[in-house]
Amino acid sequence: MEFFQHILNALQFGSFYALIALGYTLVYGVLRLINFAHGDIFMVGAYIAYFVAVLLLGGEGMHGLGLSPALTLAITVPVTMILTSLVGVTLERTMYRPLRRKGADRLYVVITALMAGLMLENGNLALLGASRKSFPELMEKVVWTFGGVSVTNLKVVVIVAAIVVFVLLEFIVTKTKIGMAMRGISYDKFAIPLMGIPLDTIIVVTFILGSSMAGLAGILYAMSYPILEPYMGALIGWKAFIAAVVGGIGDIRGAIVGGFLLGFIEIGVVAVFPSTLRDLFAFSVLLGILWLKPTGLFGVAQTTKI
Amino acid sequence: MKRMTIKVLLVVLAMALGAFALMGCGQDSNVIKIGFNLELTGDIPKVGEASKFAAEMLKEDINSKGGLEVGGKKYKLEFVYQDNEAKADSAVNAALKLITQDSVVAIVGPNSSKQAIPAGGVCNDNQTPMVSPWSTNPDTTKDRPWVFRAAFLDPFQGPVAANFAAKQFGAKTAAVLFDIANDYSKGLAEIFKTEWEKKAGAGTVVAFESHGTKDQDFSAQLTKIVAAKPDFIFVPDNYNQVALIIKQAHDLGYKGPFMGSDAWGSAELMTLCGKDCIGQFFSTHYAAAGAQGATKEFIDRYNTKYKYVPDDVAALTWDATRLVLQAIQEAGKVEKDIKAERKLVRDALANIKEFAGITGTMKFHGTGDPDKCAVVVQISPEGKFEFKESVCPQ
Repeated sequence: MEFFQHILNALQFGSFYALIALGYTLVYGVLRLINFAHGDIFMVGAYIAYFVAVLLLGGEGMHGLGLSPALTLAITVPVTMILTSLVGVTLERTMYRPLRRKGADRLYVVITALMAGLMLENGNLALLGASRKSFPELMEKVVWTFGGVSVTNLKVVVIVAAIVVFVLLEFIVTKTKIGMAMRGISYDKFAIPLMGIPLDTIIVVTFILGSSMAGLAGILYAMSYPILEPYMGALIGWKAFIAAVVGGIGDIRGAIVGGFLLGFIEIGVVAVFPSTLRDLFAFSVLLGILWLKPTGLFGVAQTTKI
Repeated sequence: MKRMTIKVLLVVLAMALGAFALMGCGQDSNVIKIGFNLELTGDIPKVGEASKFAAEMLKEDINSKGGLEVGGKKYKLEFVYQDNEAKADSAVNAALKLITQDSVVAIVGPNSSKQAIPAGGVCNDNQTPMVSPWSTNPDTTKDRPWVFRAAFLDPFQGPVAANFAAKQFGAKTAAVLFDIANDYSKGLAEIFKTEWEKKAGAGTVVAFESHGTKDQDFSAQLTKIVAAKPDFIFVPDNYNQVALIIKQAHDLGYKGPFMGSDAWGSAELMTLCGKDCIGQFFSTHYAAAGAQGATKEFIDRYNTKYKYVPDDVAALTWDATRLVLQAIQEAGKVEKDIKAERKLVRDALANIKEFAGITGTMKFHGTGDPDKCAVVVQISPEGKFEFKESVCPQ
């Protein structure tokens, strides 16, 4: 029974890695840019969700609108996704696009992304202080127990959300015109505008998609681990990025598989060995995978990568 | 364009140099400077805040009466606060900065052992007295004549927690979950394990699991712990992680009790943890609910001033700072030379044999560590830390 419990735990944590890895992979797939600020966009998403929820729900010394938790959740999800995607688009408009216009090498854009992430973290620290925020409970927690395996309704929602998001994105990228344009840009971003495809619009759409998924991950994460702090996105962001690379960065299936794989390895290592060895083992396994297949599980060899 | 760049660089350089030049100034012979090496940001910001608030209150008390009287002359107090970000390396830098740049007479803090152990080394090497209010790990003061503390030690706290849990829960087996990267948590977990197995026999700690400081998911460790079916779980962890651990244990179907340690006792525990923490027990330095005398007076004043009941760190900082002030007074004079003054203060600190603090009476035996009582509190349905039991060293 302990085994199934570990599987469920791994599915839940893997879902977060997968949701964040999707954002890395989308932006990389289109722009060949590693958006290192993505983990912090996730953190901003969690904070936005917190403020929207507290505003609607009331409490924490604020006079909110006093809505019911269920209604609050229904409004918080879309509002957070929209606001978080605005943050992502703002980063693209103010930081990445000007550099791209000047024809800067991709390396400089990646460094800019790193700086943008640090600015988001420390901006948050300066604005809101170091004190933790406690995320309000938006969902009446139900614990189901089947023969020694416990699962909460929230865990089920998280896992289902990750799968739904994957199916949706896979559909957008492979079956729609926008998706075709996105794939086209990744092949040749100089020829695509000549075909009459608005390059900037497609890039903005990519950032909207990636950042709104980070926003969704932010809400779900804040509901599962209801303590928010400015640095919460850094480590999970790095790990999700590694998951995306192992899955084959640029490929949506890769992000999902990589995310869940990392979740399974991490939980699996802790389940068998002392928990101190978790990161050492987890990343040794991932390194092994990259050794055998340097482009990641689903990746295609490229001549230029960062 | 290029010339412009050079100009900008020159201006920045000049500003930086100016800033350095300003730092050295401002030695006033009528002022006594005390440094505070606190966790103002980072993992446990409420701890640093509580310390700072308590220190500010004490400073206002003394300065409003004209200052601290040493050898018939009154000196104004100046407190310098440095943020150590709850990191070991930053605590070392903060201590060095207080010693070399701010030229403080003595340092109060860091609070957490993770920061206090390395900072204690720096203070000892630089011959500056340091008093940690909250650190309970033995290594903080071990073989360091310049380092003192106001808290009891983990070799005392571990048995207190073990004995209480055995009695209260009628427990035969225990599980432990601790932070491997935190000296305090790791040290206390090991002491507890040894103590428990000495009492209940080998193999009665059925699960001994660790996690990292930045971890937020403990489901794998807790699944192992729950499967081992312990009578209770001992969690010597910081309050922010405690909140997550208890919630996740309940998510996994665990219904048994938890036993905690003094790092639980932050004023922020209940805002983060909520109803999951109600009814749990932890060992700590003082119980705010039901306090009397000088302790109650401190709690009431703090509560009026800052709008929340002070936690143990606030009370211990009050005691630690008063220890330093008493030592400065008992030295009888203030030396102009900062090194000589530090030596005077250290010797006076080492001469204090007994000190009546608001967290209880402390008896020192020349090691820098006090003998004092611990209390065990239970979290009431209103979120108050209610006194259950007091355990004193024999």
